[in-house]
Amino acid sequence: MRIDWTQYNSASFHDELFDSPGHARPAAERLINYLTSLGVRELTERQRDADRAIAEMGITFTVYTEGQNIDRAWPFDVIPRTIEASEWMRIERGLIQRLTALNRFIDDLYHDRKIIADGIVPEDLIATSANFLPACVGANPPYGVWANICGSDLVRDSDGTVYVLEDNLRVPSGVSYMLENRAITKQVFPEMFQHASILPVDDYASRLFDMLASLSPRKVDVPRVVVLTPGIYNSAYFEHSYLAQRMGVDLVEGSDLVVGDDECVYVRTIRGLERVDVIYRRVNDTFLDPECFEKDSVLGVPGLMRAWRAQNVALANAPGAGVADDKVVYAYVPKIIEYYLGEKAILPNVPTLLLRDEDSRKRVLADLSNWVVKPANESGGYGMLIGPRATAEEKVAMAAAVEANPRNYIAQPVLALSTAPTLVQDEIEPRHLDLRPFILQGQRIWVTPGGLTRVALRRGSLVVNSSQGGGSKDTWIVALES
Amino acid sequence: MSLLSRVAERIYWSARYLERAETTSRLARVYGNLLLDLPRQARLGWDGLIEISGGATLYRELYPNPTADTPERFFVADRNNPSSVRASLAFARESIRTTRDIVPSEAWRSVNELYMYVSQELDADTSHRRRYGIHSRVVEGCQQISGLLADTMSHDAGYQFFRVGRSLERTDMTTRILDVAAATLLGREDLARFDNSLWMAVLQSLSAYQMYRQKLRRGISSQDVIRYLLKDEQFPRAVAFSLRELGAALAMLPHNGDALSKLGDLRRMLARPKVLELDLAGLHQWIDDAQLALGELHTLILATWFRPSTSTTAEPPAGRITKAAPVSQTQTQSQVQPPA
Repeated sequence: MRIDWTQYNSASFHDELFDSPGHARPAAERLINYLTSLGVRELTERQRDADRAIAEMGITFTVYTEGQNIDRAWPFDVIPRTIEASEWMRIERGLIQRLTALNRFIDDLYHDRKIIADGIVPEDLIATSANFLPACVGANPPYGVWANICGSDLVRDSDGTVYVLEDNLRVPSGVSYMLENRAITKQVFPEMFQHASILPVDDYASRLFDMLASLSPRKVDVPRVVVLTPGIYNSAYFEHSYLAQRMGVDLVEGSDLVVGDDECVYVRTIRGLERVDVIYRRVNDTFLDPECFEKDSVLGVPGLMRAWRAQNVALANAPGAGVADDKVVYAYVPKIIEYYLGEKAILPNVPTLLLRDEDSRKRVLADLSNWVVKPANESGGYGMLIGPRATAEEKVAMAAAVEANPRNYIAQPVLALSTAPTLVQDEIEPRHLDLRPFILQGQRIWVTPGGLTRVALRRGSLVVNSSQGGGSKDTWIVALES
Repeated sequence: MSLLSRVAERIYWSARYLERAETTSRLARVYGNLLLDLPRQARLGWDGLIEISGGATLYRELYPNPTADTPERFFVADRNNPSSVRASLAFARESIRTTRDIVPSEAWRSVNELYMYVSQELDADTSHRRRYGIHSRVVEGCQQISGLLADTMSHDAGYQFFRVGRSLERTDMTTRILDVAAATLLGREDLARFDNSLWMAVLQSLSAYQMYRQKLRRGISSQDVIRYLLKDEQFPRAVAFSLRELGAALAMLPHNGDALSKLGDLRRMLARPKVLELDLAGLHQWIDDAQLALGELHTLILATWFRPSTSTTAEPPAGRITKAAPVSQTQTQSQVQPPA
């Protein structure tokens, strides 16, 4: 059966692949012609191939509440999402600008706090941030960079503007799925890659390794880099093991590491203890070191913070970096960029109201149906209220939570997230999506070409998180032939 | 940069569980046939197999009212029996899943595929003929993974731990199988007529029948079979061969003094000339002693490489090594549990 694209209609939403029904955007033209030549039945076949490959390759993510069945196959939609390279260049510049400024900001907060002295950011906002760690004051991570790996979520509104929705500066995940999505897409659509105008993504692991190695306190030929995971019950365990494997470094758990009397970190091996230079840690700040934070944590390593402060080991991301991905701090990012770099932000923020401000709070609570309300420190879409879809009880509960702790909440207008054609039960329908590119900063700074496109598989849903029924797509940055 | 202790331990366990799954499937396949061959009054039942796996107590707990089907279910499909084919594969899969950064990725794919296949097949209500196919697939799958590792993994310390785990488990399984045969025949004069069938089945369950015939070129006798499976230096599943393989792998590891010396004890036990003059009761005692020594070797391996002295808690010997505690059969790895 031929695909009749004129039947595909994304209504008033911006569609990533079509600019009007039946008319593909330039970057998507080749893809759409190709999909048309396949037809729905063949496309469905390819989707099954992809699902099989995912099961066999063991690409999984973990859901906390499923009892014994701890790993679930990664939900993947076979139709890629395309972005034109020229547009991407601008986004890339914007992301580099943003992370550079955020790292200057974090370093300033843990040292002189000039930005507060200059009245750009209010002091109490930092004082009340759960992610500000006093234990990090005065520390000096390499190159003054605290967030070495950043995943920023981008969304596109109905007028086509790309906004930064949030910055993930603590332990952002998803990059392994970006890589596996490409590997699978190459398997199921090999024909498309023969005329390579699609930017490759597969050098991520070597970029990551080089960045991590650049942080090593010992200037040795091959520093010992490890990936620290909380273990197999973590939702991103697959990714931890995947990245360790791709980089050719050890995947360690807290119990594998020990801090010696010399305040250096060692790993337990079959030959005894060996020195560790750089830890790519995927354990949250407060679980890193029971001496310093959560006393009962078995995920961390006693003494790790001492070793880090003594600059005997590098931690990526540095503890305390999360202070800048607080959603309240988010509202100040355009000002932060201007303050440190003397430039206007290239990528705009979503307009954001801080509910600590009484007028804003009244305005939002009076009209919850038209707002998205988010807690400042949650990730994974937990604890969020999407006004137009919330029940009366949910709204009451949220209003109470906001009144109890206004500092902890922000509100944003409901965005009309862009869509892309998605194969749902053998039909092609529009689904909402976002994009998470990854930015690496050590000695140098680099952005993945594209990123992880996450798609809300339920009709009309705006929640793209994999823990809440989201799927994903391969993302193609397409260079047009001039 | 040396291998992490935890990773070494998981590789060791993955080898043991793969070997266990493979041998258990071989046994189940042969036993199925043997049941068909023997006349009704001489039926051996699955009791012997349950003894081999050391799971008699657990079996009675799980199946207070056994039926004709329960022994096989316990032995092959039961998630609650840590030595069943399904559970062994689940453990092996979990161990490889958590060392995916070290072992070649094809090995992970193979074990994942094998586990998914077996799980699906076992969940379906399968006919006898179909079950035979499952066991063949398990044997092939395990062989494939061994071959993959042998040919695509650096033969570094990690691989040596795979060899150590495999040869230790193999020695354990071979002696167990011999023991069950001996115990079955002991005091059952009525079975004397079926002596040959039983020893043939023992050989077949270790894929040793053809090699045995080639080497001995005469009829089957219990003395010959016992000698072959204990002392043959050329057949990979014979105890002498497995111990030599174990020694070769241990020799390539650091700090191997204690383990090699314990292995020396085992090899001396095997070299005692009177081993071959033992009657069935004597053989049974000898095997008990040998298994105790294997258990001690396992404990030494743990203490030397996996949990060096910094660890304060004393671990009970894992695996089913000690016959005294047949129920505590699971590995004691920190975080690895069988998935559903």
